[in-house]
Parts: sequence; C-alpha cells; structure tokens
Amino acid sequence: MSLNAFITRTEIEGETEGPLADTTVAVKDNISTEGVRTTCGSEMLEEYVPPYDATVVSRLKAAGATIVGKTNMDEFGMGTTTETSAFGPTRNPVDEDHVPGGSSGGSAAAVKNGDADVALGSDTGGSIRCPAAFTGTVGIKPTYGLVSRYGLVAYANSLEQIGPIASTVREAAELLSVIAGPDEHDGTTREAGAAVDYAAVADGDVEGLTIGIPTELVEGSEPGVRERFEAGLETLREQGARTVEVDLPSVEYAVAAYYVIAMSEASSNLARFDGVRYGVSGGFEGDWNEAFAKSRSDGFGEEVIRRILLGTFALSEGYHDKYYKQAQEARSWVKQDFDAAFEEADVLATPTMPVLPPKLGESLDDPLQMYRIDANTVPVNLANLPAISVPVGEHEGLPVGFQLIGPAFGEEQIIRAGSALE
Amino acid sequence: MTDEPVEAADVRRVADLARVELDESAVEAFTAEFQDILGYFDALEEVPAVESEPDLVNVMRADEVQPSLSQEDALRNASESEDGRFKGPRVS
Repeated sequence: MSLNAFITRTEIEGETEGPLADTTVAVKDNISTEGVRTTCGSEMLEEYVPPYDATVVSRLKAAGATIVGKTNMDEFGMGTTTETSAFGPTRNPVDEDHVPGGSSGGSAAAVKNGDADVALGSDTGGSIRCPAAFTGTVGIKPTYGLVSRYGLVAYANSLEQIGPIASTVREAAELLSVIAGPDEHDGTTREAGAAVDYAAVADGDVEGLTIGIPTELVEGSEPGVRERFEAGLETLREQGARTVEVDLPSVEYAVAAYYVIAMSEASSNLARFDGVRYGVSGGFEGDWNEAFAKSRSDGFGEEVIRRILLGTFALSEGYHDKYYKQAQEARSWVKQDFDAAFEEADVLATPTMPVLPPKLGESLDDPLQMYRIDANTVPVNLANLPAISVPVGEHEGLPVGFQLIGPAFGEEQIIRAGSALE
Repeated sequence: MTDEPVEAADVRRVADLARVELDESAVEAFTAEFQDILGYFDALEEVPAVESEPDLVNVMRADEVQPSLSQEDALRNASESEDGRFKGPRVS
C-alpha cells in the first residue's frame, strides 16, 4: 500500500558539486519551490505554483541536493497526525495502521521509507519532532532566527522554524549547516550559529554534561514511553553525563498559551486567502465579503476553519485581554523558566511525545485531546529554543522519541548529546 | 468549561468577522467544541504578570525599489485577470 508521503513527485537537480551532491531531499509542501506546486496540504492551494524559491530551497540547490518531491502534511501545518491533509493521510512506514505524526508526517515517512536521504519539515509547536519521534527518525527544530522563513507559507510566524529530518543525527546536522544563516529576505534571521559545522559535533561526547529533567514534562507520559526515556537517560549517564531534576512550573499553561498565540497568528496570516490572487475562487456572485467567505469555506478544511475561528475569537473585542494578552504573559513566563533551568543544566531532556503513535482515525474526533499531546514540544517554540528528537527504541513495535532541548543557539550541545544516544 | 456559555450567535459573529461561510450544522458543532476549548484556555487567567525585557531591534531597510516579480508572474495564480490586473468581486 502507498504511504502517501508525497503530494507531488518531482526531480529538481541542484548544482553538480557541494556538500549535498548525491543527496536526495524531500521538501514539505509548505516550502515554496519555483515552478513546482506548493499546496500546504490544502485544496485552497491545490493548483498554486510559486514563482520563486524559498531561501532554504535555493540553499539546497546551491549545495548540490536533488529535490525528489513535496511531502504530505497536515493542512497549513495544523495537526499532529498528517490526517488533516486534503490529499489524504500519510501512513507510518513502521506500522501502516498508525499515523506518522505531524504536521511534517510526509517528510518523516519519506526518510524512514528510503524515498529520500533527508527531508525538510517545519515546526510550529512540534511538527518536526513529533513525526521524527513517531517514525523513529531524527528531527531538529532550530533556534528561532537560525533558519530563514522566506518562502515558507506562514501559519504562525513568531513560533515556526524550518528544520531537518534524517535517519541519523549526523545527517540531520549536515542538512542544518546547509540551511542555517542570515537572509536579507527574513529580518528575523540572526548571525549567530551561521558558520558552525554542526555535523562535526555529532561525536557522542557527553562526558561532564549536565542534563536537566523537567519532571512536569515526564510524568504525563505513557508507561511504555517513560520506560524507553529512562533507558535513554541511563545510556547518557553511562557515558559520563550527570542528570538533575529541574522545575518548570509555567509549562502547565504552555499548551493553552501556544494554541491561543498560534491560532491568533493563523487567523491573521490566512486572511490573505480570498481566492483573488491565488487559491480557490469564490466566484463573482454577490459582493466581496460573500465571495471571500465562499472561497474560504470551499478551500479550507475543518481544522483550519476551527483555528481561524478560535484565533479570531481570541483577538476580538472583549476577549483580547482574557486570551491573547494572557497567552503572551504565559509565553514570557515559559522563557523565564527555561532561563532558570539552564542555570542548572546544559541541556534538558524529555520524551518527545507522551504517547505512542495513534492508529489512523483514532484521534481526530476530539480536538482538545489532540492539542494536549503537544505538551512536551510546544514550550520549546514559545521560548524560541532549539530541540532535537532522537529515537530511543520501540515499545510494542512503535518508535519512541527522546527530546533534548538547548539554550538559544545551543544546537551544538543538543546535537552532541543526541549523537550519544545512537 | 468557560465561565460564559458559548452560543451559536458567538460562532456566527466570529465566522462573519473571519469571512468564513458556515452552514447550520457546522455552527452547531463548533458551538459545542468551542465551549470545551475556550474553557481550557480560561486557565490562562491564573498566569501571573511577568517582568520581561524583549530583546527586540528594528530591522528597517531603506525604502528603495528592488527587483520583484514580473506582472505576468504575479498574475499567474489568479483565477481571473483583466488588462494585467487581478479581477475581484464587486466591492459592495
């Protein structure tokens, strides 16, 4: 059976030489590729062909990579299973009855299945790390500002970063080196971390490293996940790392804060889809508002509409202070908590996902339940930090991911520690 | 549960603001769900005020003409265009 990992198969040849010559790359379908349709997993953009390349795509080409396709994803990145795609769900190559995670599920499935050597995903609240964990691959969510978002179709700008998915820490790190660095087209990119050879630090040396364990983000995990996580910690201790408990009291509020902020930004970002310049046309009957509303109800799927409505609600008069303003307070608190934790530890460790990959169709009915499984990944995006998910074996035949979180621009520490788990 | 019950009229009002056409069954389904989801978001009221110093800097550039898409490329994804312009519905 087909995994449905790709929405569009293609072959875009890069330069003949470079660090990624002879490397095939799959690219998530919310990253613009000149002349190749970029759908965001949505009917709205089913026929949209970008007239330019995202900066990360230009960098892949310059590094000699061959792009083999655009991968399936939750519509506009909104989901944790890749089941909200208008092009049908992707299956998990490890067990096809289960979801590959999301929203970059197609990218992770393509790598796991050997359809591409490495892949690019995007991570707004865990969308690279979740599918990496669920498919037994490695995924890195870079520090906010390390990788250009130019040409990434925006969902929640203040939270999202493009990052690599690969079979090994070293390969993910190599891809990160290619895409990292400032970009004149994205004013939020920074100089820090640009010139680092990330693959060179994947040397497994954790002697003397202090790893902080935020108990709040471990206790909620399923027993099987927790068992694998503890085994991973033991592996790191055997190699000379030390573990300490750290306290992150704010994370109790992180999921609510994350969704309020992400939905609010989404309601604003997705306002551009009116069917006039691109997307599904609402036709020419009625006035602008009627045609606009028709275009959007025809083109957007249920989860996208749910988030646009909730985001509009959170920003509306009378509710802004209660939801949006308080979510920003929570975000500052989360950042402060992480700063304090990094006084005590070099990196932090948690299970990437608190659960094993659900069965296809099992988790779509209750959106709130779905949102809660992002508990361990979203605090990282709220605090603009880097994190990596590395496989730590399986439970009942399904992969478990181990997440390492670093301080801002601390990619080297998490790559080094992550490689010690392999 | 949120302190104030979410009513169908709230969902219709927000859908109108967001320019999304909803049929009655969708209004009904979202009304029930939003009660739960907004109730969950209500927990944010317990979050204390936090002293924060955002490290923000302006990244303005000079307002100079730079290379951009051609008119043809810019119009390529529009369902309708006329005389080199986008064609939209009437304004009112």
